[in-house]
Amino acid sequence: MSERGREDIPIRRLKGWRLILRYILLAAAAALFLLPLYWMIVSSLKPEYEVFAVPPAWWPSPPLWQNYRKALTELPFGRYALNTILIAVGAVIGHVVSCSLVAYGFAKLRAPGKNVLFIILLATLMLPYPVVMIPQYIIFSELDWVNTLKPLIVPTFFGNAFYIFLLRQFFMQIPNDLIDAAKIDGANLLQIIWYVILPISRQAIATVAIFTFQFAWNDFLAPLIYLQDQSRYTLMLGLRFFRSSFEVNWAYLMAASLSIAAPVIVLFFFTQRAFISGISMGSLKE
Amino acid sequence: MFGSNTQKGKKLTPFRRKEARAFYLTISPWLIGFVLLTVGPMLYSLYISFTRYDLLSPPEWAGLYNYLEKMPNDARFWQSLKVTAIYTAAYVPLEMIGGLMLALLVRERVRGIKVFRTIFYLPTVLAGVAFAVVWLLLLNPRGGLVNLGLKAVGINGPRWLLDPDWALFSLLLMSFWGWGRAMVIYLAGLQSIPGEIYEAAAIDGASRWDSFWRITIPMLSSTIFFNLILSVIGTFQTFTNAFVATDGGPLDATLFFVLYLYKQGFDLRNMGYASALAWVLFVIILVFTLLIFRSQEFWVFYAGEKTDE
Repeated sequence: MSERGREDIPIRRLKGWRLILRYILLAAAAALFLLPLYWMIVSSLKPEYEVFAVPPAWWPSPPLWQNYRKALTELPFGRYALNTILIAVGAVIGHVVSCSLVAYGFAKLRAPGKNVLFIILLATLMLPYPVVMIPQYIIFSELDWVNTLKPLIVPTFFGNAFYIFLLRQFFMQIPNDLIDAAKIDGANLLQIIWYVILPISRQAIATVAIFTFQFAWNDFLAPLIYLQDQSRYTLMLGLRFFRSSFEVNWAYLMAASLSIAAPVIVLFFFTQRAFISGISMGSLKE
Repeated sequence: MFGSNTQKGKKLTPFRRKEARAFYLTISPWLIGFVLLTVGPMLYSLYISFTRYDLLSPPEWAGLYNYLEKMPNDARFWQSLKVTAIYTAAYVPLEMIGGLMLALLVRERVRGIKVFRTIFYLPTVLAGVAFAVVWLLLLNPRGGLVNLGLKAVGINGPRWLLDPDWALFSLLLMSFWGWGRAMVIYLAGLQSIPGEIYEAAAIDGASRWDSFWRITIPMLSSTIFFNLILSVIGTFQTFTNAFVATDGGPLDATLFFVLYLYKQGFDLRNMGYASALAWVLFVIILVFTLLIFRSQEFWVFYAGEKTDE
């Protein structure tokens, strides 16, 4: 595990006009990427009639902060937030527990049939959710789980191929001596995972937790098919209901969207490194 | 990659047998889930796809009706295939190239580069409904920022998401905002290319252009491959953006395959037909994935690979 990869390598250093050109390009691209977000924020603070005003108002005068209160009380967003948090937290627990257990097996234990099973695991990475969506729905409706949060939480306790793979790559780098030492001390399987593996793997576990949380927060298709009763809605379902059911008040819509996106944006800012190392899973260093 | 093979089956020592038992114990959550939530449902949906089923009365056997009668004569099925194919053919190259360009832009550690990396990645965090909603605002034909900008340079902007001729293009236009995901993966790939190679090439008089084509691209080919797989599989599944922004309209101009599958299954309660559509999707994705995997040997270079000439 060398330092290379984390620290940027000295490819021909940029100097003079090349450096200036680089900054011009960076600034132009950044403006393009930030503009939609900026416009969303500005629009959320405007009176409705000003949202599509010509010429556009680049700054709301004065900013109507009460738009946020109005947007968020128009629908029971508190209820939606609670449902979303229940699902997200449940999914985080489910994935962290199941994926670390399964990943440990694939990383550190030997058994006949293991390679075949690992290839199957990798193959399921390619299997899109819409393919199993219909039959899963039929099964869960037989179980009478439709319109409950269960179909969104319970499956996470059976692991997820991507996170298992990610953790397995990480666990592989843990020296066997540590595990052997724990065994000599009489630790059993769960104790080894709990006391030896997990403390070393905090960063990888955090990556799994953050991704799961973000995915559950933003997920739309699965909640859409399972949650029909308004009291069971997640924030994303609420947002889309907000957009489709009223004469759209654009300022409120933007205020609601931003409020709903805020937690994942904040989470992202605080955990950027875990985010990025997870996405580029090849670069699991450290 | 898969670790060294254990000795071929046969007699396991008691110690090894214990270890094997522990292995199957640890992976049991995944294995059970794989059977109950993946293989089982897939087989079940294969059966359902040969029936008519509305969830209320029991499935009624229909043989190959869904595949051979209904599907070929279903204009919306063909439309959804067309929409998905056009969009995939346009989006995948755009994301592959756009993501790479962003990654090259933020590659060198110049001052403030981390801020730029964050800015480019940020919109992907916004996935879901909020992503679509921002663009409904920007692409509003009346007073959306995009059309106001066009007007400023004397162009009368189209009606974007509301115009059947422009709706799919509008979704494509919105999509640049999601290039950050590909960028981050490319960046990791770029950072694993040893700097000495570039230095050696520079000493040999290679230009930046040469280095890009002869070092960066080949050294990055496995990353490009990984991104390509992710991008293709993801694009075939496009749903939320279309559902929220256009609901497949206007005039089915953005009727993506998964959106149509959803409508058949959950709006019209044709579970049999929807299952048949799901199987068609599965086969399409499988074929593309296999083709891309097969193509690897022609263009993907793995560092550390034996190169026997």
